[in-house]
Amino acid sequence: MEHGSLSDLSASTFSLMDEDHTLANSVRFTLNQEDNFSCHFKLILAFNCGHKTNFPLTYCLCSPRVVFCGYSIPHPSDNKVNIRVQTTGDPAKEVLKDALENLTRMCQHVRSTFGKTVDDFKVKNQ
Amino acid sequence: MSKKVSALDMPDVPMGQLPEHLNRQRTRVTCNADAPIHTDAVHYSGAYSLMGVDNSMGLEKFSKNFKVEIVRLSEDEIEFDMIGIDASLANAFRRILIAEIPTMAIEKVLMVNNTSLIADEVLSHRLGLIPLDADPRLFEYLSENDVPNERNTIVYKLEVSCKKDSPRNTVKTNQLKWLPNGSELEMATLDKSAKVKSYTSFSCSQDSLPEISKKPLGVKHDDIIIAKLGPGQAIELEAHAVKGIGKVHAKWSPVASAWYRMLPEVVLLTEVKGQDAEKLVNKCPVNVFDIEDLGHGDKKAIVANPRACTLCRECIRGVNEELVELGRVKHHFIFTIESTGALSPEELFIEAVKILEEKCDRLLSELS
Repeated sequence: MEHGSLSDLSASTFSLMDEDHTLANSVRFTLNQEDNFSCHFKLILAFNCGHKTNFPLTYCLCSPRVVFCGYSIPHPSDNKVNIRVQTTGDPAKEVLKDALENLTRMCQHVRSTFGKTVDDFKVKNQ
Repeated sequence: MSKKVSALDMPDVPMGQLPEHLNRQRTRVTCNADAPIHTDAVHYSGAYSLMGVDNSMGLEKFSKNFKVEIVRLSEDEIEFDMIGIDASLANAFRRILIAEIPTMAIEKVLMVNNTSLIADEVLSHRLGLIPLDADPRLFEYLSENDVPNERNTIVYKLEVSCKKDSPRNTVKTNQLKWLPNGSELEMATLDKSAKVKSYTSFSCSQDSLPEISKKPLGVKHDDIIIAKLGPGQAIELEAHAVKGIGKVHAKWSPVASAWYRMLPEVVLLTEVKGQDAEKLVNKCPVNVFDIEDLGHGDKKAIVANPRACTLCRECIRGVNEELVELGRVKHHFIFTIESTGALSPEELFIEAVKILEEKCDRLLSELS
């Protein structure tokens, strides 16, 4: 299922059975969002031009964990999808698992928001 | 001699934000006269990291920005807007709605007598396509080795005939009778002394099951024509319905269809006044533009209803100067779901999201 090198765990291909674009494209999207904690910090610079100016700069330091991710369907008649993940050091399996958990949480959020909106709509339009 | 300044530090380029044209590329599809451009989504979270811009749409940002707005909701149809979601997720929901939500549909037809003009297999095919009013969540799948019982099969009977010397009659779906006690036909056995077996083994009547007794299992629409009989012709058959998904056969698809479109954006590049305004308003077949009176007989064209735009491009066709720019907003989807009746459309969407979650869970358990 996971094809990769035993010495270098950061790059592997995951071959999934009975899957197609539905899951693979969504997982590719969440894999692209994987990063190690984003920390924002503000720098306050004082300009040397007669009067002090507070110039806040927000730098967003997110270090992405994924160098490359993509999926392909080797043949449309076979029900197989190959997902390729190459990371900046973490084992590819862990990054894929985190991406799947994020996708699950996103789906739960979609479900709860939609359910709430439908209930509000029904109440409003009794 | 001017000092060399990095392009990113120029005073008119806002730091920490994308310049206007890049932001437009990232969030809008521009629909030109010949073809749309910038259709690819920029997914990578580090795409603009050198400019200090965070392109991630991770869980926190998603939860903050995601919105659903319902435009209309009826028994069979729902139209709603999903804002802040990516195309890959919206497409995943659409694909699951069409092909992977289970429903009940007639699969096996036991023909006793068919002297009508419709061939057996054609009649069976038509029966399979009839939408049934049965909640698939109350039933289990029936696999090859399973025995058909009250938990995985619904049995219907059709017994109609047309008497000699009477006019032709039409067989409609209201003549399909539900048999809550299972099959009434007996399986043929060579051993005369053995107990008579029927094609299904119902241990109790489906009527008695609590969830099903609330609403009898029938067909959704009573007036679908199944066949037409001439004098002297008759049809007698028993149909067994089982649970399945649209991927295997389209009869199991729970939606008439489900589709989405991105929100259209119509921008007037210059002020269009007077005669030109009238011409522009008349060009659009869906009345996207409207005239605004400025007083003193002066008229100006405004974009009144961009949501109705079908991107027919009539307003930019054959025009020498650019008056209008058409585009689509990338993360705003107008979803329409038309249900065939087994489940209500809002329930269908929630089931679709649940199925995507189940796929992720299955993959997660395989990986661990």
